[in-house]
Amino acid sequence: MMPVMFYVALSAVLFTIGALGVLIRRNPLIIFMSVELMLNAANLAFAAFASSYGKLEGQIFVFFVMTVAAAEVAVGLALLVAIFRTKHSINIDEMNSLKG
Amino acid sequence: MTFFYLAPWIVFFPVIGLLTNIIFGGRFSEKVIGTVASLASGLAFVVSVLLAYSVAQHPEVMSVPFAQWIHIGTLQVDWTFRVDSLSTTMMLVVSGVGTLIHIYAIGYMHEDVRFKSDLKRFRRFFVFLNLFIAAMMILVSGDSYMMLFVGWEGVGLCSFLLIGFWYEMDTLGRSSWANSNAAKKAFVANRVGDFGFLIAGFLMFWKLGSFQFDAVFAAAPSADPGIIVAITLFMLVGVAGKSAQIPLYVWLPDAMAGPTPVSALIHAATMVTAGVYLITRSAPLYTLVPQAQYIVAMTGAVTALFAATIAVGQYDIKKVLAYSTISQLGFMVAAVGMGAFTAGMFHLITHAFFKALLFLSAGSVILGMERGHHHLAHHEGHDSHGHEDHHEEIFDPGDMRNMGGLRKTMPVTFWVYLAGMLALSGVFPFAGFWSKDEILAEASQMGYTTVYWLLAIAAFFTAFYMGRQVLMVFFGEPRHEVAAHAEESPLIMTAPLMVLAALSVLGGLLNFPGVDTLTSWLEHTLPFIKPGEFMMNVALISTALALLALFVSWLLYGRNPLKVGQPDPLKKMLGPIFTGMENKWFVDEGYKAVFVDRYVDIARFLADVIDWKFWHDWFHETVIAGTYNWLSKIALNNYADQRGIDAFANWLGNATKSLSEATRKVQNGFVRSYALSVLLGVVFILGYLLLK
Amino acid sequence: MTADLIVFSVLALAAIATALGMLLSKNAVYSALFLVLNFGTVAIFYILLNAPFIAMSQISVYAGAIMVLFLFVIMLLGTDVLPVSKALPWQRPLAFILALVLAGESVYLLFIRKAASGEIPQPVETFGSPKEIGLALFSQYLLPFEITSILLLVAMVGAIVLTQKEKK
Repeated sequence: MMPVMFYVALSAVLFTIGALGVLIRRNPLIIFMSVELMLNAANLAFAAFASSYGKLEGQIFVFFVMTVAAAEVAVGLALLVAIFRTKHSINIDEMNSLKG
Repeated sequence: MTFFYLAPWIVFFPVIGLLTNIIFGGRFSEKVIGTVASLASGLAFVVSVLLAYSVAQHPEVMSVPFAQWIHIGTLQVDWTFRVDSLSTTMMLVVSGVGTLIHIYAIGYMHEDVRFKSDLKRFRRFFVFLNLFIAAMMILVSGDSYMMLFVGWEGVGLCSFLLIGFWYEMDTLGRSSWANSNAAKKAFVANRVGDFGFLIAGFLMFWKLGSFQFDAVFAAAPSADPGIIVAITLFMLVGVAGKSAQIPLYVWLPDAMAGPTPVSALIHAATMVTAGVYLITRSAPLYTLVPQAQYIVAMTGAVTALFAATIAVGQYDIKKVLAYSTISQLGFMVAAVGMGAFTAGMFHLITHAFFKALLFLSAGSVILGMERGHHHLAHHEGHDSHGHEDHHEEIFDPGDMRNMGGLRKTMPVTFWVYLAGMLALSGVFPFAGFWSKDEILAEASQMGYTTVYWLLAIAAFFTAFYMGRQVLMVFFGEPRHEVAAHAEESPLIMTAPLMVLAALSVLGGLLNFPGVDTLTSWLEHTLPFIKPGEFMMNVALISTALALLALFVSWLLYGRNPLKVGQPDPLKKMLGPIFTGMENKWFVDEGYKAVFVDRYVDIARFLADVIDWKFWHDWFHETVIAGTYNWLSKIALNNYADQRGIDAFANWLGNATKSLSEATRKVQNGFVRSYALSVLLGVVFILGYLLLK
Repeated sequence: MTADLIVFSVLALAAIATALGMLLSKNAVYSALFLVLNFGTVAIFYILLNAPFIAMSQISVYAGAIMVLFLFVIMLLGTDVLPVSKALPWQRPLAFILALVLAGESVYLLFIRKAASGEIPQPVETFGSPKEIGLALFSQYLLPFEITSILLLVAMVGAIVLTQKEKK
């Protein structure tokens, strides 16, 4: 019998790492992967609570999150490829044309 | 049956007449205008006759209320017509003589507007004449001092309008301020008199509680005598203004600037007698205060003698008659001052007849001279074109030194003038004898010795200057070629003259001693009057004086008639005294130096210094305009607007710009910084939720 | 120390280590592979959490499809190491601080406010099995399910459109 708190703590740690990754890394692919990590962390928390409360809704939500994540990755990577064709670089600091 | 209800028509017939002439007169011919006006006056006369008849039937005083006027607290003044024997007497004189003068004026003004080259002004004259009749009727028919004053002011206005009828000229037709100045002088002198009248009125209302005749007369005996003296003496000031007594008589000679019918109607027969009427009406007040009565009588007597001496030295035909009027008014005022009310009213009536006659005849003479002048001018113009300057020669048709021998060329005028002259001189049996004699008799009988002698000497002078005038005008040889060519006046002018001449002859019958018609008539209104006795010695003395005076005038002017350029024989005889008489004893010059010039100085000071320099230049320009300019330019524009509001508005704009420029830098295009801000937001929200 | 705890600790350590590896690795391919390992660990966690279906779909969808896609793109774009950046020098320290704050907040939430209480029960067959999930999906959550399928369709179309070469 594990306390749910452990899982949620783990989820928090993973989320923080993912957030850090989004902020620090300059390779957009790594950034995307950090985003996936964050989503995963959230999924973990959902599943933990679903199990804890005995309600299936949490898992259903995880299912949907996964689906959406997949769709998002597809489109995001397609965008990245399109940008690469123009810029010939994947340094995110060089993609700053939209500045005021 | 009685006709008292017709009373308002004495005012309204003339008003209708003047309104008709104002509104429709533009389309009327001269005859129609004149007829409308004369008819209006004539109908007023008819109503006056009917009212007199009604009074004869019903001798008690009758009040015919007409309209409410002022009702404020205890001040109740209404427009009520008072029909009694005194007011009907005045009404008859005014409308009767007035109608005759209207008819005469049709003829006179017909020629006058042609001589002065302004035909359009004919209508205006008759409008003003009717207005005068209306105002004078209001004066004599009022039942309170306030209504009397309305008429008093009205006739003063008409006097002004009519004296200044030819306002842009002088009497000789030259462009000048002279006529309008004369009108102004009349108005101002009258105003001084009106001031006295008003003070008397205010005292009356304050102490006696009302303006109404009956109420005042009832309250007077129980009032403080000092107040009654004050009231009567202030009224005397008003009388001095309106009836041309010393010291306010100065306007009347200048008033001769108006056309002759005006001089006849207003300044001989009617308006100037308003003062005499006032004193007669106020008899119950005057009889209470013998001291005031003495002052009134002396004023009248001194005026009579003073004016008579001036008349001796005048050369203008109308001026002689003007001073004569002042003198005769002095007689009347002296009479009513002494308490001889019948004598005064009797002389008022007879004087109206013969003075109007004399003035109208003088007008006839003047027009005759004008006709002669134009006759000559036209002939000269046709004959000699080279002598153009003859037309420009200014000719005075009223100067007696230019006349002479007119009885041959103007016979009708001569005979009526003679009748008037004899009546005025007081020769038996003409009207003037009876009335003047009654005054002298009353004076001696009542013990007013000084007054008697002053009036007697004045009577001597009266006869003298009238004789002088008639001899200079009608006898001898013409002293100017114009006089030789003078022409007689048409019937429309001579007919009223003849009527007046008849009245001058027969007027004495009004109050023949023993019969005393007028006395008993007036007794209904003034219960305390008693008929004058006929004193044979007084009558004999006055007749002797008159005849003596006429003889002396014949000696000086009739035996050796004046030739051209010859000075007046009196000049050599009396020397400086005659100079004084000629120059009206320098009274006008004295007034000018003492009053008029000082007044002009004060007015000039107020206008130039106070008004322009101080008020306009300094106060308005510097203070107000300067302050306003400073306020708007510097205070408001610079400080408030530019430095204040603009600064704030501009600062606001600049601040927004700076803010946005600073805030713009946030969008630097780097994804990482955006992500940072997202996380920042998350952290903060989470923190907030946690700490809530 | 029960067996659950030991298993949990080991797996937790693995998860964190792989996450950090993904974060810190210079080579993109290494990062991807670390992430794959991380997903695997999380899948085991799902099994422990009574969610077998989710575990399977984690491995097949996340680790199998998504990460493979990542690896494809990494191959496409190249694995060049990016030079040290000169822009936004202040961002790194601030990011660390914020992450620390976030961690702190989670600590506060979990340990002081004790937001998560409860326990994980033992696995039961009737909970979390494909059958249960299927039943729920096709009855109660049918609409989201169908919408999600449209979403996937849109994503596919989008991916194709975005990478289309411009027709000259």
